[in-house]
Amino acid sequence: MDALQVLTYFVWLIAGVTFILALKFLASPSTARRGNQLGAAGMALVVLWTLITPNGTLGIAGNWWIIVVGGAIGAIVGWLGAKRVPMTAMPQMVAIFNGAGGGAAALVAMVEFLRDSELHPGELLPLAFVIATLLGAIIGSVSLTGSVVAFGKLQGLISGRPVKYPGSQIVTAAVFLAVVGIGIYLAAVSPSIPLFLLFVVLSLALGVQLTMPIGGADMPVVVSLLNSYTGIAVAATGFVLNNYALLIAGTLVGASGAILTQLMCKAMNRSIFNVLFAGFGTGGGAVAAGAEGEEQLREITADDAAVLMAYGKRVIIVPGYGMAVAQAQGPVRELMDLLVARGVDVQFAIHPVAGRMPGHMNVLLAEANVPYDRLKEMDEINDDFADTDVALIIGANDVVNPSAREEGSPISGMPILNVDQAHNIIVLKRGRGAGFAGIPNPLFSNEKTAMLFGDAKPSVEQLVAGVKQA
Amino acid sequence: MELSAFELLSALFILVLAAFVGYEVVSKVPTMLHTPLMSGANAVHGVIVVGAMLVAATAGGPVAIILALLAVILGTINVVGGFVVTDRMLEMFKKRPGERR
Repeated sequence: MDALQVLTYFVWLIAGVTFILALKFLASPSTARRGNQLGAAGMALVVLWTLITPNGTLGIAGNWWIIVVGGAIGAIVGWLGAKRVPMTAMPQMVAIFNGAGGGAAALVAMVEFLRDSELHPGELLPLAFVIATLLGAIIGSVSLTGSVVAFGKLQGLISGRPVKYPGSQIVTAAVFLAVVGIGIYLAAVSPSIPLFLLFVVLSLALGVQLTMPIGGADMPVVVSLLNSYTGIAVAATGFVLNNYALLIAGTLVGASGAILTQLMCKAMNRSIFNVLFAGFGTGGGAVAAGAEGEEQLREITADDAAVLMAYGKRVIIVPGYGMAVAQAQGPVRELMDLLVARGVDVQFAIHPVAGRMPGHMNVLLAEANVPYDRLKEMDEINDDFADTDVALIIGANDVVNPSAREEGSPISGMPILNVDQAHNIIVLKRGRGAGFAGIPNPLFSNEKTAMLFGDAKPSVEQLVAGVKQA
Repeated sequence: MELSAFELLSALFILVLAAFVGYEVVSKVPTMLHTPLMSGANAVHGVIVVGAMLVAATAGGPVAIILALLAVILGTINVVGGFVVTDRMLEMFKKRPGERR
């Protein structure tokens, strides 16, 4: 082992440590950003090192233009995408970046497989190599197409409803078995190139098949899972290339993505199997059918709602995705400031899955400079609703749906915020339709509830004006 | 691409230990930081760009070159976009340093 190789191992080691620290520092808001920057620095180090030692020797690769051109295009696209995306569209942005990573892993595996089967025509490839390559190709492909579907659903390009056709699960199972069968053939009988290409195409189809039947409301869990898949694909590629930086980073993300997925499912009180295969949010269920449209919803004017809050002792604000879409977090903070100045106790109740991703509301409210200590997690604040004058719900729906406490609803068993215990409930809502999960919400017809229809931002601005006059 | 038994075993050790580290590290992250965490982990697997660079460096023939070029593009999108978007999210948290947890 020459000195350059020793240095290469040290570069991998340093990069691996910075990646671990990047995730570790995310445990606290005060260190999180530094951690991410440290990870980026480690990444830059390993990328630069690879650039100057492409073949294990110091120098520039013969194909350097591929790296420069590809890197320039990728950097511009990634940078612009990341800088331009509004905070509300964050989940789909993460999905599409994840899909890019999965696609890259699959492509690297493809190049490796094609090269080695051309170099040794008619021979079997070493078993460990071929298994790792095929794993990289299949998992990377599933992650790519799955992420694209998740992006489409979150962005509203594809219906958020679970898309199923008769026998779709049988098709999925058949595709999966075909992929496994071809994989075994490629490893044990003959590394045929046409069959390998079929293997990749079927893997891409598998990603679509697995993601389409899942409802839009569950997409964050899917994105987290696909994130974990890409990690595993990267680790498999690291195995193939015998590159420890890829191996460590991929495994780290594979494991952390898996536990994060588990945490997210736990917050909804559902199992991962339920999320992936139950077709949640079909809008079915006897309780659901047609109840809402016919019921009388009590409406309230913004001024009346403002007076109710201004003369209350305690107000709890429950933000949801509606606040994010309307970009209403700024006016919400203004409302909070005005109420606090009048001596009202204002808190925010953050459901673990409010918005499209866990922590989504925290990000937005932090953006609007709402202090952390006013943001309360569900368990912390749920007992306080009974002693609250006004619960102000801004564009949240499923997380305050009392039918979760009863049997027979698709969200049965999901922990919810006890807003129905508050003395008054004011709901800001864009339209009269059901929530993202497609489930009617009996809270809206509760006798204590008053509805203020309209886009959240103008509605909150009207409340602000109302409180100023009150 | 022949790996020795020793190399395979070393890789296996790294794999298993890194999996435990990933599990332990993430178990301690509070809910409110889960979105940045997902995004940050997403950026970390952008290291695949290194793999793309390695295959690009030795790619021969038009098919391999096109596939490698695509791999470098996608990998770079992942790594650059991932870190920048995570930084944007975390920037917001930094304005008021943690008062609780």
